[in-house]
Amino acid sequence: MTPLLECQGVAFAYAARAAGEHAFAIRDLSFDVRPGETFGVIGPNASGKTTLVRLLSCVLTPSGGRVLLEGEDLGRLGRPAVARQIAVVPQDVPHGFPHTVEQLVLMGRFPRAPRRFFESMEDRAAARRAMEAVGVLDLRGALLDRLSGGERQRVMLARALAQEPRLLILDEPTAHLDLRYQAECAGLLRRLSREGRLTVVLVSHDLGFAAELSDRLLLMSEGAAVRVGPPETVLDEAVLEAAYGCRVIVDKHPISRRPTVHLVYPTG
Amino acid sequence: MSEPLPASGARLALLLGGLGLVVLAVSLGALFIGSARVPPGDVLAVLTGRIKGVDQVVVLSLRLPRILVALLAGGALAVAGAGFQALARNPLAEPSVLGVSSGAAFGVIVAQVFGLGGSLVEAVGLAACAFAGALVAGGAVYLIASRAGGLPVHTLLLAGVIVGIFFSSAITVLISVVDFDRLGGVVHWLLGNLSPIAPTSLAVFAALTAIGGWLVIGAARRLNLLALGEESAQQLGVDAEGVKRRIFAGAALLTSAAVAFAGPIGFVGLIVPQTIRLLLGSDNRVVIPAALLGGGAFLLLADTVARNVIAPAELSVGVITAFCGTPFFIYLLRVRAADPHL
Repeated sequence: MTPLLECQGVAFAYAARAAGEHAFAIRDLSFDVRPGETFGVIGPNASGKTTLVRLLSCVLTPSGGRVLLEGEDLGRLGRPAVARQIAVVPQDVPHGFPHTVEQLVLMGRFPRAPRRFFESMEDRAAARRAMEAVGVLDLRGALLDRLSGGERQRVMLARALAQEPRLLILDEPTAHLDLRYQAECAGLLRRLSREGRLTVVLVSHDLGFAAELSDRLLLMSEGAAVRVGPPETVLDEAVLEAAYGCRVIVDKHPISRRPTVHLVYPTG
Repeated sequence: MSEPLPASGARLALLLGGLGLVVLAVSLGALFIGSARVPPGDVLAVLTGRIKGVDQVVVLSLRLPRILVALLAGGALAVAGAGFQALARNPLAEPSVLGVSSGAAFGVIVAQVFGLGGSLVEAVGLAACAFAGALVAGGAVYLIASRAGGLPVHTLLLAGVIVGIFFSSAITVLISVVDFDRLGGVVHWLLGNLSPIAPTSLAVFAALTAIGGWLVIGAARRLNLLALGEESAQQLGVDAEGVKRRIFAGAALLTSAAVAFAGPIGFVGLIVPQTIRLLLGSDNRVVIPAALLGGGAFLLLADTVARNVIAPAELSVGVITAFCGTPFFIYLLRVRAADPHL
C-alpha cells in the first residue's frame, strides 16, 4: 500500500536564537503513515514532536529530506493545498479568542476557497455536519472562553473536520483534559477513524492514551526516531528507559490488553 | 448581546445600506447647520442652483468640503483602528494610542516646512511624508513592544505612548526652529481641526482612503483567521506574514491620509470599531466595512457639534472626540481589558 504521508530523511534545525531557546534539531527522520491507520508519535519533552507537527503541516520547511503527501512534496503543494488534505487540531486557541464556536468552525472552510469573502451555503452545511459529528452544535453561538477544556477540544476537532481532510494531526489532544474528557476524546477519535475513514497522526505525551488508540507508534528522542512499530514492540522497558531516562514497568491494560506504562517512582 | 448571525453578503449589504442612510442624514443636517445663518430654504435653493453669492460660498465651498473631509477622515481613522486592533489582538490599539498618528503628523509638518500645499503633486507629497512618518512610528512601536510569541498589552501601549511623545516633541522642535509663518495654522491643525480643503486634496484624500480601505477590508477574512494564532492560521493556508504586512500598510496609509488632510484626531479609531463590535460581534468582514461608514458619521456629528456649540467661535473636533473617547478608553481599560470579548 502506498503511504499517505511519508518522511524521507527529514532534517531541520531552528536558526540559533539569542537567549531562551536551546539549540535543537531533527535529524534524519524517516517513517510513513498508511491510509486509514492511527499513527501515534511519542517521546520525552524536547524530543521534536511539536517541530514534527510543524513540518508535517507545512508551517516549517525541512532543511534536508522530504515530506511527501501521496508522493507529492509538501513544499511544492503549497499551504492552501496542504490544508485541504491535512488538518491540524491545536492544543488550544489563544486566550481572548473573540469569535464564536460557529465562526471558528467556519474558519476550517478557508482552504477550500481562500478567495471567497463570505462562506457559501455549502461551507455552512459542512461546518454544521462537523459540529454535529463532535456534538457541539448546541454551542455554536458561544464564545470559546466560556467553554470547558473538553468542549474547546471538541470545537477545535470540529474545525479540523470542517476542512474535510484526509489526514488529521492531533497535537497533544489530552494535554488539558481530565479523565472524563480523555475518555470522551478517545471514543470520538475511534469513531472518526472508523466511520470517517480518517488517517490520524496522534502526537501525545500520554503513553497509555497513544498505545490505546494507535495502530503503530513512533518513539522520538532528541530529534531522531528511536523505534517505529506496533505499540507492543515500541513500548519496551529498556527502550523507554533509555529515551526518558527513568525507570518504567510495562504492563497490559486489563481490558484492552494494550501495553500500559507505569513510572517507577524513586523512593526518598 | 444577541447571538451574532453568521456573516453573509446579504446581511452586510443591508447593514451598510442602513449606515449609508445614517451618513446621508447626518450630512444633510450638517449642510443646514452653521454659524453663518443661512435659512434652510436658501440652502435648498443653493443645492438646486437657484441662489448664488455669499450663501452659495458658505454652503458649497465651506460646508460641503468640510462634510466630505469629516466623512473621509472619520471612516479612514475608524478602519485604521479596527485594523490595528485585529492585528495587535488588543482592543486598545488605535492610531493615536499607538503613536502612528504622531509619526504621520511629524511627516506632515516636515512636508509643510518644505511648503507643500494644495496642488495635486503637493497633496500627494504631503500624504507621502505622512505615510513615511506613520510607517516609522508604527515600526518603532512594533520593535519596542514585540516579545517572542506576541505583543503584550502593556508593552504595546507603553511603546505607543513613548513613540507618540517622541514625535510630539520632534514636532515642537520643528515648530520652534522654523519660521512660524511658513507653518500657517499648524497649531490649530495639531489640535485636530477640520477645515475645508482644495478639491485636488479632497480627491487625493478620497483615493488614499479607498486604497487603504481596500487593503484592510480585502484581507478581513484572513484577519479573522489570524486570531487563531499565526501557526494555526498558516495550517489553514493563510500567509500570516503577508496579511500582517498588508493590514499594517493599509492602516498606516489610512492614518496618514486622515492626519495629512484633517489632522491628528484621536479616539475615533477606538470608539467606532469597539461600539460596532459591542453591537454586531467581532467578525472583521462586518466590523471593518461598518467602521468605514460609522466612523464617517461619528466624526461628522462631532464636527457639527464642534462648530456650533460655542458659535460663532469654534471648538476643535479633536476636543469633542477626546471628551467622548476618554471615558470610553477608561471603560475599556478597567472593565473590558480583563474580558477581551468586544
